[in-house]
Amino acid sequence: MSAARVDVAVVGGGLVGAAIAFGMRALGVRLALLDEGDVAHRAARGNFGLIWVQGKGFGMAAYGGWTQASAREWPRLAALLHEETGIDVALRQAGGLHACLTARELDVRAERMARLLAQPGFEPYPIEVLDRAAVARRLPGVGPDVVGGTWSALDGDCNPLRLLHALHAGVARTGGQVLAGHRVTRIEPAAGRFVLHTSRGIVECARVVLAAGLANATLAPMVGLNAPVTPNKGQVIVLERVRPFLPYPLETLRQTDEGTVLIGDAQQERGFDETLDTAVLAAMAARAIRVFPLLRDVRVTRAWAALRVMSPDGFPVYAQSPACPGAFVVTCHSGVTLAAVHALALGAALADGELPAAARAFPADRFDVRAAA
Amino acid sequence: MFARLPDTTGARIAISIDGETVDARAGDTVAAALFAAGRGACRSTPVTGAPRGPFCMMGVCFDCMVEIDGRPNQQGCATRVAAGMRIVTQRGARAIATPDAESP
Repeated sequence: MSAARVDVAVVGGGLVGAAIAFGMRALGVRLALLDEGDVAHRAARGNFGLIWVQGKGFGMAAYGGWTQASAREWPRLAALLHEETGIDVALRQAGGLHACLTARELDVRAERMARLLAQPGFEPYPIEVLDRAAVARRLPGVGPDVVGGTWSALDGDCNPLRLLHALHAGVARTGGQVLAGHRVTRIEPAAGRFVLHTSRGIVECARVVLAAGLANATLAPMVGLNAPVTPNKGQVIVLERVRPFLPYPLETLRQTDEGTVLIGDAQQERGFDETLDTAVLAAMAARAIRVFPLLRDVRVTRAWAALRVMSPDGFPVYAQSPACPGAFVVTCHSGVTLAAVHALALGAALADGELPAAARAFPADRFDVRAAA
Repeated sequence: MFARLPDTTGARIAISIDGETVDARAGDTVAAALFAAGRGACRSTPVTGAPRGPFCMMGVCFDCMVEIDGRPNQQGCATRVAAGMRIVTQRGARAIATPDAESP
């Protein structure tokens, strides 16, 4: 196969890579978006679909700012995708609830949110502590065990599969090459370019953006970067479609635009194990029924596990390689929430060969082991 | 469109479909009884409202879902008729209690 030559290759056709590629469309950049194929772990296809701000940035103020910037830009992204591709990603962003089931849970949560907002340099975002009555006004049908919760008006949800489809369609319709089945096995830095060896031949590029999720851990060192991401397993339970009853998403429970009810939760460090853990599913279902007793007789149709892409400190990484300029790594565990800044800020900057100022707060070298003095 | 074979032997059983009393035969599945009663479509889809009826007759397509004796989303092809069974065709998604929300 003859080598394909492009200006920019984005490695990873998930939500992160596709959003960045979408941000590069119509800039005159010859672009290839390389997707591994159906064997990939695909967090983009297993995620819960929330646009979620509340709680983000604890321990790193810049992450709170970056996350809320994305949430505020989300309506513009959804409108652009609809205008350019005709695909409605079902954005609903009128607020979201983190429900608490005991007074102690609510106290701990409220105290944590207060400490979050009080961090030095933290750009405040709206977050309210709601008592039971306030929760019940917004979400009628909430169970008697719900004592209150926290609410952010920036929170919401979307249809993440349509989001992925729309980003891919947006890239393809502006002349970007979306290359399926292109697993990158080796990256060879050469003078002023990179040679990507893939399962379907060679792709040469002037710049390369690694957005390969868990595979970034092995790909980044090939260009002198460090992205020690590991899998973090979450699980989703899918219930029958029912008539609309949940006007706002909860952090662990939402109803899609098509009526399906989803329960999503759990964080497990189990390596690349994607099997379901029924004890965890049972606990998730039991809690969902306490939050909404109406769900008691609604049946489960399926469930899945998926792997989050987690960095050692849980925050994203945006970095250019000092050793191989023109090579970038991007990784995060909130590909839906951050899709708007990835598409509207990061993509265009990377097409110019640089990181946007706000993304420089998330360097890769923070994970380097420093020698003792 | 569908007619019973002349050698049908099952005893007659009265069931109701959308409140109308209909004769079924012992051994019929709900889906077969719907066909025998001339009901092609037994539900409309939650997303587009398109009509749907029994298709695979073997439990895999989930197109024959109906409410049976008060329980929604039952597979008609995987349920045998019983005397007095109440079958209700479904329009869109099943209901659960739907209280009115207020804006925050």
